[in-house]
Amino acid sequence: MGFDPDIAQMRFGYGLSPVVPGPASADEMVAQLRGPDAITQRFGIPTSGAMNPKVRALYLAQRAYKRAERGSKDRHDLRATYRKALKAARVESAGWVRQALLRRIWSEDGLRERLVAFWADHFTAPGQSTFYRYAAASYVETAIRSHVAARFEDMLIAAVTHPQMLQYLDQNRSVGPNSRFAKKRQNGAGLNENLAREVLELHTLGVHGSYTQKDVREFAELLTGLTAGTGQDTRYDSKRIEPGAETVMGHTYGTRRARISDIHAALRDLARHPETARHLAQKIARHFLGDQPDAGLVMELEIRYRETDGDLGAVVEAMLRHEAAWHARAEGGGNFKQPEQFVSSALRALAVPEARFLRMDAKTFDRLILSPLRHMGQPWRRPFGPDGFAEEDAHWLSPQGMGARLQWALATPAAVAADLPDPREFIGAALGAEAPAVVHFAAKAAENRREGIALVLMSPAFQRV
Amino acid sequence: MADLNRRGFLAQSLAVGCSLAASPLVTPVSFAATGGDNRLVVIILRGGLDGLDLLRPPPSDTLMRLRPTLGAQASGLEITGGVQLHPGCAELWPLWEAGELAFVQAVSTPYRHKRSHFDGQDMLEAGTAELGQGRAKEGWLNRMLQHMPGAEMSTAYAIGTDPMLLSRGAAAVETWSPDVDFVLSSQGARLLALTMERDPAMRDAMARALALAGSNGGGGVVQSAGLEDMDALDEMMDAQTAPQGRDARHAHTRVAKFAAERLRDDARVACFSLGGWDTHARQARALRRPLGQLADSLLTLRSGLGAQIWGHTTVLAMTEFGRTVAENGTAGTDHGTGGAMVLAGGALRGARVLGQWPGIEEADLFERRDLMPTDDVRRYAAWAIRESFGLGRDVLENAVFPGLQMGGDLALLR
Repeated sequence: MGFDPDIAQMRFGYGLSPVVPGPASADEMVAQLRGPDAITQRFGIPTSGAMNPKVRALYLAQRAYKRAERGSKDRHDLRATYRKALKAARVESAGWVRQALLRRIWSEDGLRERLVAFWADHFTAPGQSTFYRYAAASYVETAIRSHVAARFEDMLIAAVTHPQMLQYLDQNRSVGPNSRFAKKRQNGAGLNENLAREVLELHTLGVHGSYTQKDVREFAELLTGLTAGTGQDTRYDSKRIEPGAETVMGHTYGTRRARISDIHAALRDLARHPETARHLAQKIARHFLGDQPDAGLVMELEIRYRETDGDLGAVVEAMLRHEAAWHARAEGGGNFKQPEQFVSSALRALAVPEARFLRMDAKTFDRLILSPLRHMGQPWRRPFGPDGFAEEDAHWLSPQGMGARLQWALATPAAVAADLPDPREFIGAALGAEAPAVVHFAAKAAENRREGIALVLMSPAFQRV
Repeated sequence: MADLNRRGFLAQSLAVGCSLAASPLVTPVSFAATGGDNRLVVIILRGGLDGLDLLRPPPSDTLMRLRPTLGAQASGLEITGGVQLHPGCAELWPLWEAGELAFVQAVSTPYRHKRSHFDGQDMLEAGTAELGQGRAKEGWLNRMLQHMPGAEMSTAYAIGTDPMLLSRGAAAVETWSPDVDFVLSSQGARLLALTMERDPAMRDAMARALALAGSNGGGGVVQSAGLEDMDALDEMMDAQTAPQGRDARHAHTRVAKFAAERLRDDARVACFSLGGWDTHARQARALRRPLGQLADSLLTLRSGLGAQIWGHTTVLAMTEFGRTVAENGTAGTDHGTGGAMVLAGGALRGARVLGQWPGIEEADLFERRDLMPTDDVRRYAAWAIRESFGLGRDVLENAVFPGLQMGGDLALLR
């Protein structure tokens, strides 16, 4: 079995849409992915370089407020300004979630949206402070989105050296033990290995990689100097740099004067490491094809990755060209959708109108989308730790997860769709030509439209791809 | 039908038709005994509870100087040696009088110096002596379960939507939020079962969800034959999607109520969290809400469990750190070190304030600003576990709380 237009959208995009056409061939999918990123013109999210003025205003207001003298009249006013900016940033950032969802609902290139979500999770960096919480959307737009069909090493460098990541994984706290910075201060300044460890364990080689504690330590020393103040660009601060050369995975860096290019070189070497190829091939295949992907396909992705020095577009193409990527959707098996995929694909099948989505006030949006995602166990881009959201189906097949999905499927479609469709017709929109007879029966036998729609959305045929 | 009360309508329709057994999807939840009768509830108080405001030291010049607004309020709830309980806890007074409430003063985790919520809560829930590099992956409550003979999925519940490190780890823990609630007709439930017939994993999780949703009073599967006004049901279901709007102020009581229901059945361990303790400004006002929620939660647990099971229950409420001894410029307090712990339950030997009082003169303070911690919260948790479930000292000191010295028997329980 090869390319199938329904499977193309269900398995590699955000599902079928009754109005947006899907790709007609694997060639077209590849061409779309390699082509211009058109949907961002329609649904914009600011990049970090052009930091959104409201988030920037928030940062400045917060700083002014914190610096003002305690108890002063000034401070009182600054507090009011800060609170206003906070509210504006909250509204603004909720708007970016809507834009991201609208892309999924209205794009003809669903694969790109899936890849953005996948890599944003791979390089998870939810903010740990007010400012970085609101800056997270721009981080994904800047460091992740433009690289999903390009070289992995470029994405790696963009993500790992981004202020968002430096803050999330404590790089801002890390200084060389023998740096000028550490020598000036008696206590509290030292090496923090967090970023170095996670780059090796999560971003590149993988937890089964052959790195040792010594590699972690030396890599952490190499990373010293990388830092970013809140609201500022990343800089390479010579005062924080650990003097001397460092050896990571057999390569030695920084034999002369320390330069940021040493860090970039180390990241490129890690990106091209065969263990990284294996780790990423496995992870991509599991994400799109389920807990036990075809071994031959995984091997193919790994080879393609190595042949192209980590060209992610080529790796995805290899997956789409492989027969095992197009296996039929078997009953009781198949990849179980993660909550945000479940919600996004339901919204797409319902063809939720753009205007309705944008008009919704913040409270309603939280009630209908953000809060249900939390209940389903997947708060929007805020996984529990740097390892991102769980991939295995068993994690998501929990009573709480299923209960929250049912709750959402019963209530939200009526609140967001232009007209709640006839469940019998909705089957075609949501499941395509191959819907199981039992779902047809259930949709017809439902007591009312609302339950009928919910039954279609809750069916294994919709939830497993 | 104009003035039809939605909740009343729901209650009525449930009373008429709530028939879980009628649905083939709903199989009885299996209840396995785990041995003992004792129950343990852990409440994480997120944000840093001000122990000095919860347990107010006797008025003194130093206190008045350091806490000009907070120190001046009298509650009249004298618990011991001139120490008064915050008036926000007045509802808990009967528990104190019954010997079902106790406090630990000047305790903390081993976390020092940095005073970050994020790190502090990580350490509190991980139960470790040091902050590892990177986030901890396992909580002490989960490690405890790994050593509890007979523990299984339904033994422990993490309740609410707040992801808790405390219960994460290799042992299976059921997670459920009472905010997950829906109404489905029994016909809908039958059809749902039908579509999932050949997908056992999905079917089983769904069945348990229906059982759990039906067990806490809000919704579940209703017999729709008696329903005449579908619009009213629709309207009610709209309301249901608003866990934040609907009874937002009572979300914590729903959590406690659900915990009590599970603990009455086969569960022996439950945990949840309460927020709102980070009182940097106008603390006299800001602390009332979280304290009220804590009191509500404890009272809801007590009434929900009933006297007999409450008699086998111990509740530990713990926070990541205490707060500065001195008030700040906005009549609040900032992140500190030594704090307080709240113990409750019918199993407790209560009506006591445990722990050493370090004093609040400048020389007594930690880094000249915080109450000096005189004990480790983990020691109280470890003894509560030991007395509740009989775990060995070596397991507690090495596996559950690595590196902890449990010291002498605290004899927390009756």
